Amino acid sequence: MAELRYAEALHAALLGEMRRDPSVVVFGEDVGVYGGVFKVTRDMQAEFGPERVRDTPISEQVIAGMAVGASMMGLKPVAEIMYVDFLPLCLDQLLNQASVLPFVWGDQVTLPFVLRTQGGAGAGAGAQHSKSLEAMVAHIPGIKVVMPATPADAKGLLAAAIRDPNPVVFIEHKFLYNTRGPVPDGEHLVEIGKAAIARPGSDVTIVASSRMVLESLKAAEALAAEGISAEVVDIRTLRPLDTETIVGSVRRTHRCVVVNEGWRFGGYGAELAATIGELAFGWLDAPVARLGALDMPVPYSQPLELATIPDAARIAAAARDAVRAGHG
Amino acid sequence: MQNAPSLEMQAELYMKMQVVRLLEEAIGRLHKEGRTRGPIHRCDGQEAVGIGATAALEREDIVTSTHRGHAHYVGKGVDTGRLMAEIMGRATGTCRGRGGHMLVADREVGLLGGCGIVGGALPVAVGQALAFQVRRQPSVVLAFYGDGAAQIGACHEAMNAAALWKLPLVFLCEHNLYGLTVHARAQSSVADLASRAAGYGIPGEIVDGNDVLAVHAATARAVQRARRGEGPTLVEAKTYRLLGFSTSDVGGYQPAEEVAAWKPRDPIPNMAARLAAELGADRVAALDADAAAEVERAVAFALESPLPAIGELDAGEYVKGAA
Repeated sequence: MAELRYAEALHAALLGEMRRDPSVVVFGEDVGVYGGVFKVTRDMQAEFGPERVRDTPISEQVIAGMAVGASMMGLKPVAEIMYVDFLPLCLDQLLNQASVLPFVWGDQVTLPFVLRTQGGAGAGAGAQHSKSLEAMVAHIPGIKVVMPATPADAKGLLAAAIRDPNPVVFIEHKFLYNTRGPVPDGEHLVEIGKAAIARPGSDVTIVASSRMVLESLKAAEALAAEGISAEVVDIRTLRPLDTETIVGSVRRTHRCVVVNEGWRFGGYGAELAATIGELAFGWLDAPVARLGALDMPVPYSQPLELATIPDAARIAAAARDAVRAGHG
Repeated sequence: MQNAPSLEMQAELYMKMQVVRLLEEAIGRLHKEGRTRGPIHRCDGQEAVGIGATAALEREDIVTSTHRGHAHYVGKGVDTGRLMAEIMGRATGTCRGRGGHMLVADREVGLLGGCGIVGGALPVAVGQALAFQVRRQPSVVLAFYGDGAAQIGACHEAMNAAALWKLPLVFLCEHNLYGLTVHARAQSSVADLASRAAGYGIPGEIVDGNDVLAVHAATARAVQRARRGEGPTLVEAKTYRLLGFSTSDVGGYQPAEEVAAWKPRDPIPNMAARLAAELGADRVAALDADAAAEVERAVAFALESPLPAIGELDAGEYVKGAA
């Protein structure tokens, strides 16, 4: 077990899979010579050559379409879309090709590709480089959506995504690349479709994804000092959703806060809240609280930017309210 | 360059065009009777493009098609019975009735496949050709697209990438003068889309899209170039859509004199006359009868075939197992 940064854990997973399986190819903007703007593919072109680790033009439709076409012909592409904000440029390929073809072509093709991207606010990157668009992708049937929060899950989920026979959109977070954590050495696989209890608790369940898991853990720490025991569930896979773990937790704690960094209206939190309402209504002592980004573009100036996304203080406040409502 | 097709092969190309024409006429009748679903896009007048181009391919080569793909499907060798069954939404269709006429695929014969999003298959074709190149397979991809698709951004992205990496890909532009109801002169800054090839540093060739032998010859040159590892070619086949955009088209925008000018260029009677001069009118009549019998069989097979069982929707949205 080594202590690795999240970006290093992703690199380790990719390196392992490329060494293991010659059909794995990597392509995207700046992934080759430069090694990726977040250095996840560093040194890989030197080891595997420019054909397997390929710099592409700034052509998102081709990057995504190439993943679709190459995967149906036997390669296992790991394509990179540099910012999730650029994903709409190739949404047609996800919505009208990747989601559609395996089913409507009558099970004649499988599309075992991974589309890696990253999102999230807080870095002063402005409105076109800071969004969280996971809800947009998680809306699409036939595609799996994964958002690891820890270095260990980054490694295990990326390796599992590469081995998955379905298209997987793998959303990293720009603020997590430098976070550190223990990561199993060698082959490490984390099953897609399974949530994790990041911190056990008994008074309230906080269901979160990606960087919001870290904020939720901070909130849980603060709540513990006040005598409130919060359980944090890290969703890890947004589609297919592990309803069993989430609902099981809510049935134990009777209160729930859902938190995502994407826009609140029509966001992923709405799916979570509705699912919990359907499956755990009788166990709830308070309405499900739903935190998300303010429904507006991400501002550039720091105080404005930080005010648009949930944080530990806001999560703790929502949990506190839920617990009080439950006692009322 | 390949030798010109033998007379026997010419006869086969003719018959395939006739199969497409008769198949579409049958679809038109079934549509009028309310027995098909949704809009159907016929290629009357354009059959020479799909039939001529696909004849330059091997079975292992891949075709990506469009929303107007019946000639591509038949040309690549899809069984006409299963094709009709797909168009009629039957369980015996190439895609088990899930795709419909715009989304026909048949992996066995290298059709992957139909696409209802104008230009949407071009980036996919780049990926397919990339796989052939990376895996050192000698096959090529033939990507059909229209003058409408030529105007979408994905077309530019795909051509640049394919040219950049010298992928084994042939871009076959089926220029039928109309993007839905809008004439090409109102959609494109240039009349000859092959001229755009120069911007990608690849060869561009204009061919008479109503001459099945000319289309075949031009495509064969492009396919051989791609197979030699020299990269993509843009072949622009000039043709004309004699009927509307789809069965839902009420018409009124194709000037009568334009249709009248193209009618004599209909590829099927012209090829029939050519073949009659070489093989005799009786042989042509026999080919016509064979085509009619094949279409009749295909329609009967489709109509006799069962509809899919609702239960198959329970399989879930994902493929199981390892990649």
